[in-house]
Amino acid sequence: MFDKLDQIFVTALHWLVSFVPEAWRPLASSLICIAFILSVFPAVFSVTTIFERKGIGRIQNRYGPNRVGIPFTKIRLAGFGQFIPDGVKMLTKEDIVPRAADKVVHFLAPVVMLIPVLLAYAVLPFGKNMTVTDYDAGLLFFFAVGGAVELSVFMAGWSSRNKYSLLGAMRAIAQMVSYEIPLILSAVTVVMIVGSLNMNDIIAHQNHYTFGIAHWHVFTPWGLVGFILFFIASLAESNRTPFDLPEAESEIIAGYFTEYSGFKFALFFLGEYLGMFAIIGLGITLFLGGWTSPVSFLTWIPSYVWFFTKLMAIVFIFIWIRATLPRLRMDQLMNFAWKFMLPLALINILVAGIWHYMAADWQRWLVCSAIIFGAYAILGRGLMHNQKLGKRIYHYAE
Amino acid sequence: MLGEQIIKGMAVTARNFFGSYVSKERLTTVQYPEEHLAQKENTRQFPFLVYDGDDWEKGLRCVACQICEKECPPKCIYIVKSKDKKPDYKGQMQVYPATFDIDISVCMSCQICVEVCPFESIKMDTKFELSTADRFGGLLLTKDKLAKSNSYYQKMHPQDAAESDAVIAAEKAKAEAKAKAAAEAKVKADAEAKAKAAAAAATAPIAAPAPTTPPSTPPPAAK
Repeated sequence: MFDKLDQIFVTALHWLVSFVPEAWRPLASSLICIAFILSVFPAVFSVTTIFERKGIGRIQNRYGPNRVGIPFTKIRLAGFGQFIPDGVKMLTKEDIVPRAADKVVHFLAPVVMLIPVLLAYAVLPFGKNMTVTDYDAGLLFFFAVGGAVELSVFMAGWSSRNKYSLLGAMRAIAQMVSYEIPLILSAVTVVMIVGSLNMNDIIAHQNHYTFGIAHWHVFTPWGLVGFILFFIASLAESNRTPFDLPEAESEIIAGYFTEYSGFKFALFFLGEYLGMFAIIGLGITLFLGGWTSPVSFLTWIPSYVWFFTKLMAIVFIFIWIRATLPRLRMDQLMNFAWKFMLPLALINILVAGIWHYMAADWQRWLVCSAIIFGAYAILGRGLMHNQKLGKRIYHYAE
Repeated sequence: MLGEQIIKGMAVTARNFFGSYVSKERLTTVQYPEEHLAQKENTRQFPFLVYDGDDWEKGLRCVACQICEKECPPKCIYIVKSKDKKPDYKGQMQVYPATFDIDISVCMSCQICVEVCPFESIKMDTKFELSTADRFGGLLLTKDKLAKSNSYYQKMHPQDAAESDAVIAAEKAKAEAKAKAAAEAKVKADAEAKAKAAAAAATAPIAAPAPTTPPSTPPPAAK
């Protein structure tokens, strides 16, 4: 019964495809999968915008949006209908292109933003047997495609002919290139341990239980550090606070999409959130067991429920961080990436190697934890060195 | 160690997040159309006309002196004097405004009309939800929409209403005293005139005119 529920989408896909002649089946199957991705993730995006506004509202002791429900009725749904008018507003606004802008590049930038982000979903496993393409070099494909996002950001900033846009684009390039290195290096540990770039192999490696608790990579010393590094880097990759320098509203208006309005702005917005979900999905797959359950007695819950629960939990942490931390300065951003995250990621690779070659008992736990803790303490001290952290003294304003 | 302060900050925001669901006191938002904050004593929005008693047409304090119309900086007041007269609160016959319009789309809530009014008849209202679908007719407040009872004013601005009531009571008392004095003077004058007439009748048959008339005072109080 639960198995059927777990595989309901897979069976539905097979059933739908069976109507099509044999020769057209692969094409039909991929079209249905594309439709699934194109409908589910924008829906998750629209709900996330409400969660974000309501969550930040609650953190700031406000209600957040709580009025709009189902149109033409008095049902309010606690404000969860807000995304409908928001979407209508976005789509019906005037599309303004600056006169000095490079019109073709300006038009292409949001499209170039969205396509690699959507391509990345092709290799993500949303549930058991629910990977669109079971690709042997899935992880490599994901990072290769994710790297193309930077291009669109710079296209947007350059073609707008606006100093704020260009500043935002340059910051974005600097930030994304810097943080892609710790992102990939922290993912490399998983590849080292699993020995495969295939997403399903990575999940299969985590999908067994000792004393009822899953062998997720995050429950090992190298996995925990890898996950934290991956998490921080993914915050930076998806331009979320405290790494939202490329679009810092208070400094450079909206960065690279200052000159975008209406539907193109909506595409940027969508692309940014879909990129965030994709990279969270990758983090879940690499470190949090993908669609597997954390404890063995909950394995009857459908795999896609686990995946989306984990996704929303991490999105909530993203929102929580956004409501807590202020934006970093450019030098702090670079210091953090190159002086802290990169060395720690390299040490973590070493630790993963030690973990792999030591016997599976308490000694490797001790050794690996000690190395990581020592490295963290020393690197942390190095980062804090020469930092005057204290009450700010204003010399002129008083 | 690195990251300590971040954990502390996250704890603070988490406390606020969950606290906002537990204790209502944390939430400072007022759900506006359903809930209203109590207004401050010195809230001022747009002018209105005060009337005494129950009938707004009879009790309107305004005597159409047009001072406010002349003083109004954006010229949003329009007054037409009546042809006939009606007694005011002192019983004195006065003209009243046949038309009294305030265009609140022009009014800038400066309160100068209130300050210049010698009859305590125009005051500031606290009503602010005046949005309307008709931007010409809906924002032109005529006499019937402007007239509000004194008890409404007392409830809205107790302190100012008390002051204004005191002024009116003093005026009334003064008018009454004057009327009384006038009446007494008249009685006295009448008596004197009578006595004089009697004396004149007794002494000389020629009439002695020019009796001492009291100074121009209002007629004896009607009420």
